[in-house]
Amino acid sequence: MSDAPDSVAQLTAVTHKYGDVAALDDVSVEIPSGCMAGLIGPDGVGKSTLLALISGVRTIQAGSVHALSGDMHDKRHRRHCFNRIAYMPQGLGKNLYPTLSIYENLDFFARLFGQASQERHRRIGELLEATGLAPFPDRPAGKLSGGMKQKLGLCCALIHDPDLLVLDEPTTGVDPLSRRQFWQLIDRIRARRPNMSVVVATAYMDEAEEFDWLAAMDDGNIIATGSPSELKSKTSTDTLEAAFIQLLPEHKRSRHKHIVVPQRTGTDGQFAIQATGLTKRFGDFTAVDNVSFDIERGEIFGFLGSNGCGKTTTMKMLTGLLPASAGEARLFNRKLNARDMQTRRRVGYMSQSFSLYGELTVLQNLVLHAHLFHLPDDQREDRITELLQRFDLHDVQDNKPASLPLGVKQRLQLAVAILHQPEVLILDEPTSGVDPIARDDFWQLLIELSRDEGVTIFISTHFMNEASRCDRISLMHAGKVLAVGAPQDLADARQAASLDDAFVAYLEEAITGSEPDAPDTTVGAETTDAVADVHQSSGAFSIRRMWAYASREAKELLRDPIRLAFALLGPIILMVTFGYGISFDVEELPYAVYDQDKSHESRQLLENFSSSRYFVERQPITEPGGVETRLKSGELKFAIEVPSGFGKNLLKGEQPEVGVWLDGAMPFRAETARGYIQGVTAQYIADMSTRQSGRPVSVSPVSIETRFRYNQAFKSTYAITPGCIMLLCILIPAMMTAVGIVREKEMGSITNLYSTPVTRMEFLLGKQLPYIAIAYASFISLCVLVMLVFAVPLKGSFPALAVGALLYVWATTGFGMLVSSFVNSQIAAIFATAILAMIPTMNFSGFMTPVSTLGGGAKVMGAMFPAPYFQQISVGSFTKGLSFPDLWSNHLYLAGFGMSFFLIATFFLRKQDV
Amino acid sequence: MLQRTANIFRLGVKELRSVLADPVLAILLVWTFTFAIYEVAQNAKMEISNASVAIVDEDRSELSRRIQDAFLPPYFKPAVEISGSEIDRSMDTGKFIFVIDIPPGFEADLLSGRKPEIQVNIDATAMSVAGTGASYIQTIITSETLDFLNARGSATQLPLDVVVRASFNPNLNSTWFMAVMQIVNNVTVLAMILTGAALIREREHGTIEHLLVMPVTSAQIMIAKVWANGFIIVVAAGLSLTFVVQGLLQVPIAGSKALFIAGAVIYLFSITSLGILLATMARSMPQFGLLAIPVFVVMELLSGGTTPMESMPDWLQTIMQASPSTHYVSFSQAVLYRGAWIDIVWPQMLTMAAIGCVFFAVSLFRFRKAIVNFS
Repeated sequence: MSDAPDSVAQLTAVTHKYGDVAALDDVSVEIPSGCMAGLIGPDGVGKSTLLALISGVRTIQAGSVHALSGDMHDKRHRRHCFNRIAYMPQGLGKNLYPTLSIYENLDFFARLFGQASQERHRRIGELLEATGLAPFPDRPAGKLSGGMKQKLGLCCALIHDPDLLVLDEPTTGVDPLSRRQFWQLIDRIRARRPNMSVVVATAYMDEAEEFDWLAAMDDGNIIATGSPSELKSKTSTDTLEAAFIQLLPEHKRSRHKHIVVPQRTGTDGQFAIQATGLTKRFGDFTAVDNVSFDIERGEIFGFLGSNGCGKTTTMKMLTGLLPASAGEARLFNRKLNARDMQTRRRVGYMSQSFSLYGELTVLQNLVLHAHLFHLPDDQREDRITELLQRFDLHDVQDNKPASLPLGVKQRLQLAVAILHQPEVLILDEPTSGVDPIARDDFWQLLIELSRDEGVTIFISTHFMNEASRCDRISLMHAGKVLAVGAPQDLADARQAASLDDAFVAYLEEAITGSEPDAPDTTVGAETTDAVADVHQSSGAFSIRRMWAYASREAKELLRDPIRLAFALLGPIILMVTFGYGISFDVEELPYAVYDQDKSHESRQLLENFSSSRYFVERQPITEPGGVETRLKSGELKFAIEVPSGFGKNLLKGEQPEVGVWLDGAMPFRAETARGYIQGVTAQYIADMSTRQSGRPVSVSPVSIETRFRYNQAFKSTYAITPGCIMLLCILIPAMMTAVGIVREKEMGSITNLYSTPVTRMEFLLGKQLPYIAIAYASFISLCVLVMLVFAVPLKGSFPALAVGALLYVWATTGFGMLVSSFVNSQIAAIFATAILAMIPTMNFSGFMTPVSTLGGGAKVMGAMFPAPYFQQISVGSFTKGLSFPDLWSNHLYLAGFGMSFFLIATFFLRKQDV
Repeated sequence: MLQRTANIFRLGVKELRSVLADPVLAILLVWTFTFAIYEVAQNAKMEISNASVAIVDEDRSELSRRIQDAFLPPYFKPAVEISGSEIDRSMDTGKFIFVIDIPPGFEADLLSGRKPEIQVNIDATAMSVAGTGASYIQTIITSETLDFLNARGSATQLPLDVVVRASFNPNLNSTWFMAVMQIVNNVTVLAMILTGAALIREREHGTIEHLLVMPVTSAQIMIAKVWANGFIIVVAAGLSLTFVVQGLLQVPIAGSKALFIAGAVIYLFSITSLGILLATMARSMPQFGLLAIPVFVVMELLSGGTTPMESMPDWLQTIMQASPSTHYVSFSQAVLYRGAWIDIVWPQMLTMAAIGCVFFAVSLFRFRKAIVNFS
């Protein structure tokens, strides 16, 4: 492959599959450098995959990908590229950290690129200035509007002056004003750095009109390349949208019909939905602010606005999902009552994200919902068949939704929403991310529903062409409705050429300083020396990058008071409960006697029992079956049966027998009770012999001196509380780290591992450090508790304990990271950690059962876990009075575990997405 | 009514499909109810079993050898002979729990009627075996010396004979106990996590919200979760009881298995409700994990299934009455060992049901708000 200087990336015969579905099918393309190159096409045609391959965040399956004059298959080249390519994934603020502030997010990325403190500060200042984010550096990323999130995302991508900027649908879901600002920003950056190549995927054809070069994609193939004007002239069309449809293969194109919205005929003036002064507050944040509108029956009412402007919240209030903080919502002229099942039957709702069951097939989903809406048995099948037909779902009825393109999934969701023939449909951004043809198909269905069946449709969207098809629309921004009216009227009112311009005009009027426009400064006073510095890339372990992750993780943890409280207070509460609760000191055993003799001798014998502090006497047993019944119920732990004639036989020296029945259901308690009973009996015999002959008789010919070592009082506390430290320092730290990596996978921020120079080891260790610190703090608090509250003295060496604990929490947090590195969902992570950590720790660590008595698989399972080694250290240094010379091998084992967990987790973690 | 039942049934079937579709969950479920139960029951015993003993034989007489040989499996591992200087080190490292020191001239002193002293060192940090082990060792030494003396015709007879028999579990075999308690423990952990996490997952995926706009009530959604997840665990526990506990571990079950299952159903109602309750309190999966751990660890360790209930301070015993696991442990012990029938265990069953109702009612109260606000 030649390194053509005019191409920034080249793909040759690239095929990429997810399961059986090919996202890219033998694609070969050259993307020109130094310009704005765009990928256009529907959702699910492979745009994201292609961008991810170029950026090196995804593993190449087949074919070759070259970017920046190097093979992306080559690990060394990829490492080199981390500093030259910036990748911004799809989704608003997907790779940002919501609890971190704007400044902290940027600082995190700057550290990942190894920038020193001064340089970081300077660059962040410049970027914030250029993007207009400078006035609010301390605002958390999670609280930004969609447009601001994308600006911040762009800043994060530009922090290291990349040569190639890869943007995956950066403006999807952003309001038109922010979208314009975003592209102006990109233009200014390009003016400043003309050599930078930009590759963008977009669903907005109007944006693509401005690009220098385009590749149109369909079904994993590139169907055309060239400049926008080339594409248009090739297809003899005058808009890119029309050109794209012309470029599609025949069978798809033929399906497409131009959408014509028939006029509404005759209204009855009745309202289906009425909102009056609707307001929703979350804490001190007002999501929806005094929103009012009325929707007539049979009307298509559009709700226009950016992500996060309150559209979804308003819709949720109208479905009764969210109670309104103020104001009133009325459906069919009745005040909305969330508990009213009859109203629910008249409304169909489609939420923004796919909310059907991914584990059920298309047909199963339809059947489930048909049942839930109680369609009569004889109609159910017909209705489902009809819907499968009408929504063109026949071919996929046995597929699971996860394997279907978004457009098909949305059709399924609409089918489910209208299954019960509702009078009102509330649709929350049903066409977001859906390709133009599928979108038009979808609209055709909506128009039929509205015009032919008189269904009222309340739909939110951020596509202007869709908005113009509505009977009336409402423009919304930052929780407020800016205007309501027919699309043409709104445009006319602002003398705007298009609805888009009108919306921008309304937005500009509404925004008075809260989100200032970007100032006209040029971006990034790029200094060549800084570039030279940054572009030095190495795979060696970097403390700075590790620290970036550590401090970020620590900040997130510190800002989650609930997790923090569980991590620190949880163990203390558990220690108190266990310290008192787990006790092997068997006392106050309830028992009863069945005295059939009732002689002086029998009473004397029984007195020895009733005076023992170990036993508590209950009502005596009076009938033969009483012993069994009362033992069975668990009321008694043992029963004494004295046969009649006991006294007489005893005096005669005939060695009478006394029967004691123990409840054997809990062997430990029974064994201990047996020991006590034997002790009491021996005492009785000694007393009796003293009374009779004046000298005690000995039961045993030898004197057995029992020395309870380490714990002379034989109190459970001395053994259990150090064991509890062991238990608590594994369960809670492991659980805290277990969701660490999967959560990043589910939230999307794992991309930063794929697309920046950070190595797997830096990532893992950085994420682990804060948890080690917090687990260690918890360990110290537990030690203090054990020594002060439970008065267990530390007889041995504190350094041995302290070092052991450090190694131990390293290993236990490492265990959580290990689980997290190979599971795929948070639920599995929690499940696996609970089961895998709990069973060996409770049973095979020496906490309950001494390790030396374990056998078979239990011994092996115990030895393969760090718990028993720290149990030795904890009990050893607290109760046995030991120090390093006696315990060092345990320290060595713990260090081994810490290291192995770390290395195995590194092995399982991938530096590229698959 | 019919429609409600139909809804609950349909939603439950959907729930079953979800669990079975996740291979990791399915594998863990099988592992927990087979291998984990077997290993814990068979090898981590709470009675004297396989205990490690060492002997320092300074006498080297016939009697000292007889004592050494008297430590027999399954109670003890064969006694290991060590030297006097090794005592401290070997006990410090936990190699032996018991070290018996037989002094020089032990046998001779005994024969001359001088009542010699024998020293038994016990690692008193091994709480579960130290106490009972000590009395076992005393009995062994005493009976060996008595036999030794008997053979020489100089024994004494005791004035009375106290015969201690253990009902329900004559050999005080803790495999029985551990096996059943392990099932109880696993039922607790799995039912709580399965139900709670399933709810949080549905919330994170938005599917539950979708259900709430349909003609389905929160109570129906919750009951569906309770029955479906409960059903999986009941089947798993029943199979485990039959094939692992009765079959593989050869534990005789005294009472009615049907009654045990009936109790398990009531218990699972309370635990799955608790799982839902915890899920309505957690905002995210990590929080749920952290919330669940203390709850199930306490329920497991302090239910009376690990260490005796009587040993706890009164205030703690009172608190633990609020935990369904306490009642389930005493129910299981009564039914499975003591063969108790419903006339004896109905109070526990009633209490579990009542606690379950409270959990269910509180979660129902929180449900809608928690689902919508946290998502």
